Amino acid sequence: MRNAFADEITRLGAADPRVVLLSGDIGNKLFDKFKLAAPGRFLNCGVAEANMMSMAAGMALSGLRPVIYTITPFTTTRCFEQIRVDVCYHKAPVIIVGTGSGLSYAELGPTHHSLEDLAILRVLPDMTVFAPCDEVELRLGLRAGLQQNAPMYMRIGKKGEPVIHAQAPDFRLGNAITIREGAHVCLISTGTMMPVVLQAADLLAGRGVSARVESFHTVKPLDTARLADLFARYPLVAVAEEHSRLGGLGGTVAEWLAGEEVPRGRLLCFGTDDAFMHEVGSQDYARRKFGLTADNIAKKVAERLDRLSPAGR
Amino acid sequence: MEARIQELEQIARTIRARIIETSHKTKTPHLGSCLSCVDILVAAYFEVVQIDPARPADEGRDRFILSKGHGAAALFQVLALRGFYPESMLDTYGEDGGIFAEHPPAPSHLPGIEAATGSLGHGFPMGLGMALAARIRDQRYKVFALVSDGECNEGSTWEAAMLAASQKMKNLAVVVDFNKWQATGRSEDVMGHSPLADKWRAFGWSASEVDGHDMAALVRRLRQVPDGSGKPVAIVAHTVKGKGVSFMEDDNNWHYRIPTADEVRSAKRELGVPA
Repeated sequence: MRNAFADEITRLGAADPRVVLLSGDIGNKLFDKFKLAAPGRFLNCGVAEANMMSMAAGMALSGLRPVIYTITPFTTTRCFEQIRVDVCYHKAPVIIVGTGSGLSYAELGPTHHSLEDLAILRVLPDMTVFAPCDEVELRLGLRAGLQQNAPMYMRIGKKGEPVIHAQAPDFRLGNAITIREGAHVCLISTGTMMPVVLQAADLLAGRGVSARVESFHTVKPLDTARLADLFARYPLVAVAEEHSRLGGLGGTVAEWLAGEEVPRGRLLCFGTDDAFMHEVGSQDYARRKFGLTADNIAKKVAERLDRLSPAGR
Repeated sequence: MEARIQELEQIARTIRARIIETSHKTKTPHLGSCLSCVDILVAAYFEVVQIDPARPADEGRDRFILSKGHGAAALFQVLALRGFYPESMLDTYGEDGGIFAEHPPAPSHLPGIEAATGSLGHGFPMGLGMALAARIRDQRYKVFALVSDGECNEGSTWEAAMLAASQKMKNLAVVVDFNKWQATGRSEDVMGHSPLADKWRAFGWSASEVDGHDMAALVRRLRQVPDGSGKPVAIVAHTVKGKGVSFMEDDNNWHYRIPTADEVRSAKRELGVPA
């Protein structure tokens, strides 16, 4: 994903002289093409993310479109007040990119995990929170974000994520995309969990359960029209994300659902536990630890469906 | 020039009186912090900063950022007198639903404001971004950020200082309102920041010290930005908290204390401003 980001921002930077790329001393070679395509508009801001975020707001208030790129915790939790005050309070059109989000850098330990970023950024007024499932959504969302006159947070993976969209989908920030149709249950996902969710749908199909799959690439603004439709149509909607179960996509769906006046389908959330991971492990290991596997999702969804309508489907 | 300096000093006295009156009327604190930076604000806004109140969003304007946002009560008076909005607007100070509070609002909500400050260590780094934008967009404007000595506690202040140095931001100036106090004590006792001007020098800035209540010296120094060194410019302005009123000067109780009606009368008498 980070290569797709570098490629897309290079195209956008070449085309739009307002685009400035700020990095917190990472991505050394990654942006060589950007530096050639947009001379003077790449700035290594050093290991000083608070200053970088305030600076980006100042640039945005002075006619530029800064895009900040750094490992997720350092561009979110590290400088949260700068995002809140300088970016959001000023409604400064800054795009904040968190790379290696979720458990992408599992083996680097909890200092480099980001399992709370969706929760803390979606509470900020005027902030768009975007987590593409693949590089196709990433490119479309980045382009759309630069067209907005407001801040956006974009949470991406690392490298080697599979492409989900064979063709460019009809894309709008805030509109969920149906990846697969299904009759019995709906699985929704944000960010890089999509391949796991599609595998879970395959496993469910093997058990005779037809699962619809939706990409909620935008966590905020939440596509409540789509949610209303899904929760009216399906007895169970399951949310899967590489984020704490507190406050992420599952959390925002739960908040919405609790306010609905008519009876709705049930909600099942898959995410990480409210705990730091103290042992070493790969991303796959970490996902297994937190139950973010196709097997576990398919099993829990099937069990819940059985309890909801024991007479069978 | 001497006559002009005297005019500026008179403007500063008027603004001090209005700040004190407003503090009494609206129970707005931070009086000491406001009074210490009045002369700096007047020298900048009335003589140095290139900005047209009729076109506050002009792209080529100089930017002045009150990074020590708790000095807003002073800034609001300065901007009104400078013509950014009618002075009568200040009658709504502190009212529910109004715009004038203890800290500057977002720029889109009040002409003349460049940044909504109040949390320390934000305005100066934002100003660095504005200065970099001038370079990227090939514009000639300058950026001034007024910080407090307490604000030099913030790590982000020094993050910005280092990046401004490596980027050789000669169109950027920081003025430190060095009144030797912060909210709850002597700034030197809270965080060992001496020697302050040498610190800015060590961080790669062209630093100098000035009497922050000497109007002629302030004007002269602010006009020397850029100063030919090729470096960003730090002006450490030695000031007195509560300056202009004998019973407020260097008394940190006035960080939060609100003056009584009698104290307002005494202060105006000392300032030579009609009651």
